[in-house]
Amino acid sequence: MAGKLVGFFFITIAAIIALLLILLVVFGVLAGVLAPFLGSVPVSYNFRSIRARWTSTIVAVLGIAGTVGVFVAMLSLARGFKATLVASGSPGNALVMRAGSSSEMMGGITLDSIKVLQDAPGIARDASGRPLLTQDVVGVIPVPLITTGTDANVQVRGVSPNVLEIRKFVKITKGRMFQSGLNELVVGKNAANTYRGLTVGNKIDFAGGHWQVVGEFDAGGSAFDSEVWCDSQIFNQVLQRPADVFQSATVHLASPATFQEFKDAVTSDPRMNVDVYREIDYYAKQSTTMTRLITVLGGLVAFIMAIGAIFGALNTMYSAVAERGREIATMRAVGFSTWNVILSFLFEALLISLLGGLIGCLAVLPLNGLTTSTMNFQTFSNVAFAFKITFDLLLMGVLFALVMGVLGGLLPAIRAAVQPVSVALREL
Amino acid sequence: MVNVDGSGGKGGLIQVRDLDKTYRRGGEEIHVLQGLNLDVSAGEFVAFMGPSGSGKTTLLNLLGGLDVPTRGSINVAGDEITHMSAGKLTEWRARHVGFIFQMYNLIPVLTAFQNVELPLLLTKLSKAERRTHVETALSIVGLTDRMNHFPRQLSGGQEQRVTIARAIVSDPTFLLCDEPTGDLDRKSADEVMALLEELVGSHHKTVLMVTHDPLVAARAHTILHLDKGVLVEGSKFPNSIPAGGVA
Amino acid sequence: MKFARIIWANLLRKKVRLLLTIGSFAVALFLFVFLAVVRDAFNRGADVASADRLVVINRTSIINPIPLSYRDKILRIPGVKAVTHNNWFGGIYIEEKNFFPQFVIDPENQRTVFSELVVPDDQWKAFLNDRQGAIAGAKLAERFHWKIGDRIPIKTTFYGGASWEFNLVGIYHGNKPQSDETQFWLQWDYFEEKVPERDKGRIGWYVLRIDNPDDAPRISQAIDDEFANSPFETKTQAESAFAANWVKQFGNIQRLIVSIGVVVFFTLLLVTGNTMAISVRERTSELAVFKAIGYSDRSVLFFVLAEALTIALIGGLLGMLLAIVAVPGLAAALNGLLPSIVLAPKMLAFGLVVAIFTGFLSGFLPGMNAMHLRIVNALRRV
Repeated sequence: MAGKLVGFFFITIAAIIALLLILLVVFGVLAGVLAPFLGSVPVSYNFRSIRARWTSTIVAVLGIAGTVGVFVAMLSLARGFKATLVASGSPGNALVMRAGSSSEMMGGITLDSIKVLQDAPGIARDASGRPLLTQDVVGVIPVPLITTGTDANVQVRGVSPNVLEIRKFVKITKGRMFQSGLNELVVGKNAANTYRGLTVGNKIDFAGGHWQVVGEFDAGGSAFDSEVWCDSQIFNQVLQRPADVFQSATVHLASPATFQEFKDAVTSDPRMNVDVYREIDYYAKQSTTMTRLITVLGGLVAFIMAIGAIFGALNTMYSAVAERGREIATMRAVGFSTWNVILSFLFEALLISLLGGLIGCLAVLPLNGLTTSTMNFQTFSNVAFAFKITFDLLLMGVLFALVMGVLGGLLPAIRAAVQPVSVALREL
Repeated sequence: MVNVDGSGGKGGLIQVRDLDKTYRRGGEEIHVLQGLNLDVSAGEFVAFMGPSGSGKTTLLNLLGGLDVPTRGSINVAGDEITHMSAGKLTEWRARHVGFIFQMYNLIPVLTAFQNVELPLLLTKLSKAERRTHVETALSIVGLTDRMNHFPRQLSGGQEQRVTIARAIVSDPTFLLCDEPTGDLDRKSADEVMALLEELVGSHHKTVLMVTHDPLVAARAHTILHLDKGVLVEGSKFPNSIPAGGVA
Repeated sequence: MKFARIIWANLLRKKVRLLLTIGSFAVALFLFVFLAVVRDAFNRGADVASADRLVVINRTSIINPIPLSYRDKILRIPGVKAVTHNNWFGGIYIEEKNFFPQFVIDPENQRTVFSELVVPDDQWKAFLNDRQGAIAGAKLAERFHWKIGDRIPIKTTFYGGASWEFNLVGIYHGNKPQSDETQFWLQWDYFEEKVPERDKGRIGWYVLRIDNPDDAPRISQAIDDEFANSPFETKTQAESAFAANWVKQFGNIQRLIVSIGVVVFFTLLLVTGNTMAISVRERTSELAVFKAIGYSDRSVLFFVLAEALTIALIGGLLGMLLAIVAVPGLAAALNGLLPSIVLAPKMLAFGLVVAIFTGFLSGFLPGMNAMHLRIVNALRRV
């Protein structure tokens, strides 16, 4: 009981401190940004003083730039990974798996169940009235990486031949779609760039069979871009799995609104024991582990670097105050108030950190779209994804820089303003 | 004995012959010292005077081995310092010269004691031996009770006296002072000058001093003027104050 | 060290600045060590792999099973000392985010092949006597505060979704600091009894111990030849190769970490170098006085370097202390995502070297400037 009270006490204190810090930062940023308008110390003074101590300024700028760069890069890595997996899937599709399976690989749906699904309400149908449904079988197959030559696990997905009508965001960009009943493969654009031998026209052996790569597809930046697709019945044969058992089924809904109708009908049917997800929700779940890993690691790194950068900024600003002792004293002797001196310094700190933030953002911008691949723990397969730098991420980076600037500039600014003028003048 | 015409012969403590020093400034050559001569015996108290830019400080720097002449020779206690390498010159300074500058003499983060001890750290003396020397020097300048104070806790005059203590602690061959009272008020200046006189009178030190203040210069035994690159004796110079001071 | 007082007094000249610079060093070194730890965690498998162990997986796909019947054939190959088999259970303990690796093991041969994972004899006996007995790694047990005698329910995902219950009868410890102590072991007999008919007799992979590490290529080839053209073709590799390939699949993580490390290093150098430079600039007249009274040019360089190195060492040691304190917390935050996170002494040593090197570099230029300072210029009256 006492322990809980103490804990509560500490949390409250921490919350208060955090709140104060936030207020301080907000105030600082506002004050600094409005300084040219609010304060009477001319802005040209700041520019001149920056130019006069340009080496120190460059140091502070680069320190902040480095931190912001790493911050934005790491967040964009996590974003990119998440985006890839989240983009996998359309809200107009529903995924059906055996009840209780946490991923497709663990699922099992029989052909009988598939037939029941095909009659369920809410499914879209093609011109001839056939239900738009693909029954999938997934496996991981070792294929050498182009980069290291060693094997990595590529996700191979056996699908129904009409899969392109269900996953409408996938388009064949080279060659053609595979033909039903043949050992033919189409490869996602990222898979083609990551693994050896996945080029159109190439013959490749895997899973104990001879295959031909007949086409390449673009899946709009989703996880499917890292996959290789083939006919699911052929894949079942090759993997020596029972011919009438698949791992999941994905249906194209008549409209995204019919999802609930479809789900209710299917889950209440006593002939099957399945779970139904919107395709998009399923894939979001599949990325949680890796996203969390990258976010936690990246966040920690950025946080630590930020502290270092704040120290650096503090150092520079304190030196600025020290080296300009006489100027400050003169300014105050001449009549500029404490408030104005603080504003002036805050503005300068913000200027420096803004510059650092912008440089940091610019420096990592080239990374945008750069693909890298890693293994997704949850599926054991390799997923290629790209750094995804969005405008809001850049904005966060710049804001981060400003916060560092305020934290680094406020204390020295106060010190400069508060020191008695006589003391300052005497320290010449 | 002090002599400026080069006729001092051997035997003086300090012997300067034909000293030239030329600077290059903004593309022009400035001949600060031209063929300067000087002889000073041990135990002398000499003041150098001259208008701004005449080269007084330059001369002092050369005599103290802080700079090298363009031409000429400087001989101190038998050592020809113009032939010494930078490293040797540094060692020579440590052993033979005590410096008293106008300001920035003391290290602000060290106490008076530690400041005075600085030259001794270059020697092989033990800690106890160093302590003895420092205490002696501080007692000569009358600041034993301020041993553990920091420079910012001392007055200007006291700071200079600590500087003098540091200058004499390793028993150098001679003392060089560059405007030692320049930053001080009249009373402190008097204290410092009295101390210098005592060092010369009771302790037989040799002191060479640069100053622009005639009243300070008057406390020396000899006044030399630096004019057109050479030294001229005081009595021949119309602007000097007679030895008796001003009414 | 009679000059220690001067060096220390100079450092204390501006206390705030000293603290900030030490702080920067501490933070940077902490980050360094942190990155080294993470990099090491990714490489973990490769580090603890044994030279005398081989791993046999299904050649078609790692997730495809291999028949149990292959075991005897493998044992008959000359040079094979012992063979054990594992299955990946992949169940859920309460919630998905409590993930930890669960292996179905072969109790008869487990201890011979994985001799570095140690279970006290009495616990092992209890394990053998209870089909539903389970053994957990020390770190795993600590994570969930399990005690011997606890009942652990695990919901299967592959085999129908029911919850299987296990009795925790033992806890294993690894005898190397980097050993994986996060595994959960259940028994083959119980597993085989409960799985559906079509999954019986199927294991995930074999791990074997061979007499002589040099025999690895020959034995690997022999095994793969034996089962070539069968419905379950095999791929046999040395454990180290297997682990290394696993790590390579994480791709550019290494490069990413190294680049961050480099950015940190240069930023640190920049900040501390600048601080030293400012500190030297403030003291030109004092340094000139030192030289005037007889301190050599080199001694002045020495003073500046000594100051820089002192800051670096204090900051560096502080940073490493922070790392030692924080790494366990980090391990908790990354629960289950990476294998055990360990702070090895060699990382601390590396950190120290980096600190000293950076300190030296940051003091070098300002020190050289101080060394070349011309006395007469510095003392020229304002």
